[in-house]
Amino acid sequence: MEATHKILLLDDDPDLLDMYREIISQLPSRPEIFTASSGSRAMAMLEANDFRLLISDLKMPKMDGLQVLSIVRRKYPQLRTVVLTSVVDEQFRSRVYALGVDLFWHKPSTEQEIKMFLECLESLLGRDTDAGFRGVQSKSLVDIIQLECLSQSSSVLRITNGPLTGRIWIQDGELIDAEAGDLAGEAAFHKILAWRTGMFETLPPEPSRPRTITKSYNALLLETAQALDEARMPAASAGEAKSVSSPLAELSQVAGVEFVLAMKPGETNVPEARGLENPERMTAWAQQSRERFRELGERLQAGPLEQLVGLGPQRHIALARQDDTEFCVGWRNSMTAQQVSEMMKKVLELWAS
Amino acid sequence: MGLLTLFAKAPGPLLKLPAGSFTVNREGCVLIATLPSSFPAVLVHQIGEDVLAAFRSAAAAQLPLSELIINYPSLKITARELRGGAVVFLSPKGLDARATQS
Repeated sequence: MEATHKILLLDDDPDLLDMYREIISQLPSRPEIFTASSGSRAMAMLEANDFRLLISDLKMPKMDGLQVLSIVRRKYPQLRTVVLTSVVDEQFRSRVYALGVDLFWHKPSTEQEIKMFLECLESLLGRDTDAGFRGVQSKSLVDIIQLECLSQSSSVLRITNGPLTGRIWIQDGELIDAEAGDLAGEAAFHKILAWRTGMFETLPPEPSRPRTITKSYNALLLETAQALDEARMPAASAGEAKSVSSPLAELSQVAGVEFVLAMKPGETNVPEARGLENPERMTAWAQQSRERFRELGERLQAGPLEQLVGLGPQRHIALARQDDTEFCVGWRNSMTAQQVSEMMKKVLELWAS
Repeated sequence: MGLLTLFAKAPGPLLKLPAGSFTVNREGCVLIATLPSSFPAVLVHQIGEDVLAAFRSAAAAQLPLSELIINYPSLKITARELRGGAVVFLSPKGLDARATQS
């Protein structure tokens, strides 16, 4: 038997909470609905219960919705989050999505809007929380592409994996083009398929997009699967003395890189380093700076720290995170800030793939 | 149906990210600012303190830095070291800016 989902409603107005409870109780999945009238009360309830969905207002006294959401996204990454607000300023929509919130809704004022809102909530409740691409229940990216192609659809899939973004163009069930960073066509398609997790969204089709991929989607998917299998196979073969190099060694070969430091937040293990004789000092600075600016981002409600670039007379430096690893990379001082930022993204891309 | 009235609520004190700049001296005092007065002074002070601390700790780690660029999804902070203090620029990012970046 399927467990009943729990929804937490957060708003400082008790009348609105009653109204939401009434409206949301109409959902076909009949979720259990709880209410909280302050951010601190909501945090306590989240601590004590296993909620599936949080629906929060933005404008609240003491702890506003952005503050609550920035904590919630960090503490409960699996929790689905919806903002329901009367704020119309686009900056807040941008910031809400930057925090990783699933839905931003203006408070519905007509029956039609309420109906659409409920449909969105039902869809969110139904989504699987396991690994995979958020957007469709427990489907891999291969499944999604197959679904689009088999149904003869036309669309553009925009796939995001941390700082990496790729697009796949599908026209009448045929893969016609792909793009990922500097890569295009088949190479980009293979690159995107190598990402293990991420998010995707379906954008409107672009029929005028020039076709660069001529192979069938089946052939391309097969090629990708083979390439991934080969990459996972152990390199050992009889009589072949193959040196096993650290993945960091590959990163340190990127143009402009002077050193690479990889750290796992929360672990006490010695960080891996390349090109640094004494990594302890740099590790301490990187951890301290990351924490300092992460906290500042929370206070400003500006979202998680994406990247920090420091320019210096001796060398430049950049901090960024990919999956569960924090990177601190030293760069040649002849590079511009823009070059460091772009190359740092490439380093993360290389690591992710 | 009265729903519009029911859902309406007086505006609250949501923090809007400002565009502008300010300078802090080596003691962390804000000297000049072009930020809107609605942006809390305590946050301006916090930003100033954090960038000064980052510059100082970098120098202590034998990695002197003259500029810091801190990127959040909805805000970019650029800080330039200035004789022990700093000049700090704040630039909010909108949905359009985020779209063009990707």
